[in-house]
Amino acid sequence: MATVVLKLGDDISTDVIYPGRYMATVLPTETPQFAFADLTEFNNKLKSKQVPSGSVIVGGNNFGCGSSREQAVSTLKGHQLIIVARGFARIFLQNGINLGLQTVTCPDLEASEGDELEITENEVLNKNTGKRFAVIPLPRARQAIIDAGGLIAYTRKLLLERTGSA
Amino acid sequence: MGMTVAEKILARACGRDAVKAGDVVEPKVDLAMSHENAALVINQFLEIYQGTTLKPNIWDPTRISIIFDHRVPAESPKTASNQKKVREFVLSQGIGKFHDIRGDVGGICHQILPENGYVRPGTVVVGTDSHTTSHGALGAFAFGIGATEMASVWALGTALNVEVPATIKVVVKGKFKKFVGPKDLILRLIGRLTAQGANFKAIEFHGPTIRSMPTSGRLVICNMSVEAGATAGIVPADKETLRYLRYEAGVKGKIDLVVPDKDAVYDQTIEIDVSKLDPQIACPHTVDNVKPIKDVTGTKIHQVVIGSCTNGRLDDLAVAASLLKGKKVAGNVRMLVFPASGRIYAQALAKGYVGTLMSAGAVVMNPGCGPCLGVHEGALGDGETALSTTNRNFKGRMGNPNSQVFLSSPAVAAASAIRGVIADPRKGAK
Repeated sequence: MATVVLKLGDDISTDVIYPGRYMATVLPTETPQFAFADLTEFNNKLKSKQVPSGSVIVGGNNFGCGSSREQAVSTLKGHQLIIVARGFARIFLQNGINLGLQTVTCPDLEASEGDELEITENEVLNKNTGKRFAVIPLPRARQAIIDAGGLIAYTRKLLLERTGSA
Repeated sequence: MGMTVAEKILARACGRDAVKAGDVVEPKVDLAMSHENAALVINQFLEIYQGTTLKPNIWDPTRISIIFDHRVPAESPKTASNQKKVREFVLSQGIGKFHDIRGDVGGICHQILPENGYVRPGTVVVGTDSHTTSHGALGAFAFGIGATEMASVWALGTALNVEVPATIKVVVKGKFKKFVGPKDLILRLIGRLTAQGANFKAIEFHGPTIRSMPTSGRLVICNMSVEAGATAGIVPADKETLRYLRYEAGVKGKIDLVVPDKDAVYDQTIEIDVSKLDPQIACPHTVDNVKPIKDVTGTKIHQVVIGSCTNGRLDDLAVAASLLKGKKVAGNVRMLVFPASGRIYAQALAKGYVGTLMSAGAVVMNPGCGPCLGVHEGALGDGETALSTTNRNFKGRMGNPNSQVFLSSPAVAAASAIRGVIADPRKGAK
């Protein structure tokens, strides 16, 4: 069930998603504890496992702006969250694709905390309001990374092909 | 159809005659830069090779640069251990362009690459740092990527699935008024474009103001292009680029100046006349919340920061020293200065700037990212306000979500340090 557990505004920076003071922690296995560390209440819910896998964070425009820190993606991926935003900053979106965080670009989205969303390839249905919102699909070239299971697997595949080891 | 600088560089880097905005390409990478986050890159790089019989060797160690700057010297055992791990990896892979924590050759990555001549016009530069856009100041196509993407570059030597960006042409004319400069220009532009106005696009800078701007100023505007969301900020290479590379960076050999075609196609053109521009301030908590200084003059500040990859260069320290000479930093203000590199620190020492700043009460710290991103030192207390020459003012940026950060030029920062409030340097600090 894709329930909206947090609704945020425009320009949510990577400093909000994963504050700089935790950047010495780098491993995807260790970063989830610091997700939205300064939104203490939400961070506590995440840490105490009160947020089920597949829950949705709704963002406005330019979600993930700022730093290239990959922790901002691995910290959300670690909780199996889905990010549905009106728009994403370039590096965050690419990092999301590379690590397999589900990001959905939905420019006209209207949703509130507690709403249930049905997310398909082409649209988001807000079950509480009955409204449907179009999704902007990823370029095909990026979809190839997702299909391969992330950039590490995709690079491994290319490397093996190119070195003739496949 | 003509090409922009970004299109020309990417076409060449993938061996094609032409590419156009929207194409997805796989360019060869000329230079791949990381800082402390190389620790994560190494982790991801080794994972690529798991389950294969291939040896995890970097495609070309001469094209990798690793620079410690974010947390120097290490603030914690964790950071120190990560730096140790990177050092060992550098040695085992034979990575040449490595800059450890040193007073002579160390510093901030976005100063170290230019001043050592690692960046050339017409090349593709990637960095695991969003401010990698800085290097467009030398006519390169330089953009920030994540650690896993860098691991992929280390393995393949190419950047996968790069979308050729459309380009916004910014034409700048007019002469800056005294104490107004590149920082005010880029803040004004970000305010106009908004934080996402250039998302997925490149910005190309043109016009007489840019042509007469030294590389130090071009680094400022390209550095902060990412604050409007830009993939890259680019100043097409010219005589000044050549001068900088030959005489300041000591580059020998061929330098290829890549300029856009006359009939290049741009997404939009923005014209800015700086002759009437006043000092600009980015107000909390977004970089595009830009106001002319008169709107915020008198705002009480507790900490002034001069430095960073944006404004820690010799001309920045010079203007700060000129304003602070014979003056004192206000008693209730902490002024922290961190030069962008060891080389700049030494030059500032020789010219007497460091002594002037210290006599005024500033603390001159070692080169590095310092307080900019709140990971290391110079954190703010609850309810405190900083005025900083750095590039970001997001909530919590300087280590405390219950504080606020204003961004300005070094001239405004220095004048304000004397008064303890945001002050216009043109109004003479008494």
